[in-house]
Amino acid sequence: VRRQPHVEDLLRPLAPRVLGVLARRHGQWDLCEDAVQEALLAASRQWPDEGVPDNPYGWLLTVATRRLTDHQRADAARRRREEADFAERPGDADRVPAPGEAGTTADEDDALTLLFLCCHPAISSASQLALTLRAVGGLTTDEVAAAFLVPETTMAQRISRAKQRIRAAGVPFRLPPERDRAARLRVVLHVLYLMFNEGYTATSGPALHRTELTTEAIRIARLLHARLPRDGEATGLLALMLLTDARRPARTTADGALVPLDEQDRRRWDAAAIDEGVALVTDALSHAALGPYQLQAAIAAVHDEAPTADATDWPQILALYERLRPLAPDNPMVALSHAVAVAMVAGPQAGLEQLAPLADDPRMAEHHRLDAVRGHLCELAGDPLAAGAHYRAAARRTTSLPERRYLEDRAARLDREPPPTVPC
Amino acid sequence: MKYILLIWQTEQTRAALADEDDRAAIMADVGVIMEELQETGELVGGEALADATESKTIRVVDGVTTTTDGPFAEAKEQLAGYLLVETETPERAAEIAARWPDAHYGGAMEVRALMHGSGEEM
Repeated sequence: VRRQPHVEDLLRPLAPRVLGVLARRHGQWDLCEDAVQEALLAASRQWPDEGVPDNPYGWLLTVATRRLTDHQRADAARRRREEADFAERPGDADRVPAPGEAGTTADEDDALTLLFLCCHPAISSASQLALTLRAVGGLTTDEVAAAFLVPETTMAQRISRAKQRIRAAGVPFRLPPERDRAARLRVVLHVLYLMFNEGYTATSGPALHRTELTTEAIRIARLLHARLPRDGEATGLLALMLLTDARRPARTTADGALVPLDEQDRRRWDAAAIDEGVALVTDALSHAALGPYQLQAAIAAVHDEAPTADATDWPQILALYERLRPLAPDNPMVALSHAVAVAMVAGPQAGLEQLAPLADDPRMAEHHRLDAVRGHLCELAGDPLAAGAHYRAAARRTTSLPERRYLEDRAARLDREPPPTVPC
Repeated sequence: MKYILLIWQTEQTRAALADEDDRAAIMADVGVIMEELQETGELVGGEALADATESKTIRVVDGVTTTTDGPFAEAKEQLAGYLLVETETPERAAEIAARWPDAHYGGAMEVRALMHGSGEEM
């Protein structure tokens, strides 16, 4: 089902509110989630033709409640047949909320509760992403499937299994206990970070609708930040997304080729998003405990604020990576970016030395990013032969078409340059 | 990550499939795996292919199209089908491949990562 854009914009923020109310009234949030999904589908079928109802929230809640009651009746009937059990749930099925009922504090807690539920550690990160997009983001199953480029049946199965697992873990519709909340919040932030990256890395062609994922990730990160304004990492993540997404218009060419940061047309960056991101990260750094998302946002801010690539404040970026390293000790990608910063401040040889230990890390030894950075640093060091070999190794190892194309172009460009002067 | 699992069959696999008992056991194994992949949401697609001797190989050299029967008459292994899965890790894709009957009946499973259109600027 394709929705008209304005219907989508209207439905998505309503979805978690309706689900929250339903789950608090009836329990069994997983069944409620199915009912809300059915109500969303009904709305996207009916509203474009019949017009948007005066109270869209009330309409959705009524329809979802009816669906839920139908399911519960069917369930109860089955149970009666199976075990001669006459217990049927009563319920305030068709109650329409008063106009003022929307937008209460309970609503806000509901969105948070839902986020924690969907990002439950008992399920895989692919399932956490899918479930979050459907239950919190208000996307339909086929929209989630399209964003992840899998058939709708595959996605429906993934979501239903994820919910079964959460149900099996016996999780009530409630915020996690205070003692677990910090750890659980880290998972939520990670899921939103992954959701953003899934969308942001899309370049062109059939993958273009994946950019919807960045929009959703930013929207949900805003929702989270609004509920936890004092949490430095929730703020930092939103800032990081805005500061990264600001570069989107310049990061690919019309045909989907990747443009490296130092060659991007900075006039095409989104100045408003940069301003907002910088303000958020500045605020977080000034009052909250330092964390990896804030530092990554700060690094993105330094890049975004440089009027030209040459004007980039690399010593500042290096200093930020040095604070980030101990906070992300087991993240080889951070180590890789740190090595690039070292190279930009202290020269390519220093950067290459910094890379050496990464070759012993089994996660990195055959990773295309290590080869790509080596190629880049060898190129800077004036060894086009070694650089070309590293770029080609990276091109073989990546599973990304635009990255392979970029790396092969880079290697081909070096072939046309004069022979090496300094061994690398 | 999405992986294609290419099913390479040999004469030995085809002989097993011709035997009624072996075929029933193979189909039962396939059924268990397919059901599991459907249930986990890892199955993206998959098809079986008609016999390779019935296929055509097309080449165009200097603008001239030549058509020959079969892939390579002498080939010991032929592509019999494929599975398309999306798994959390490459190890999981390899594990599915190792359980597929062809890997046990003298054939082989080739696990190849799929390319995708997403990328990070470097």
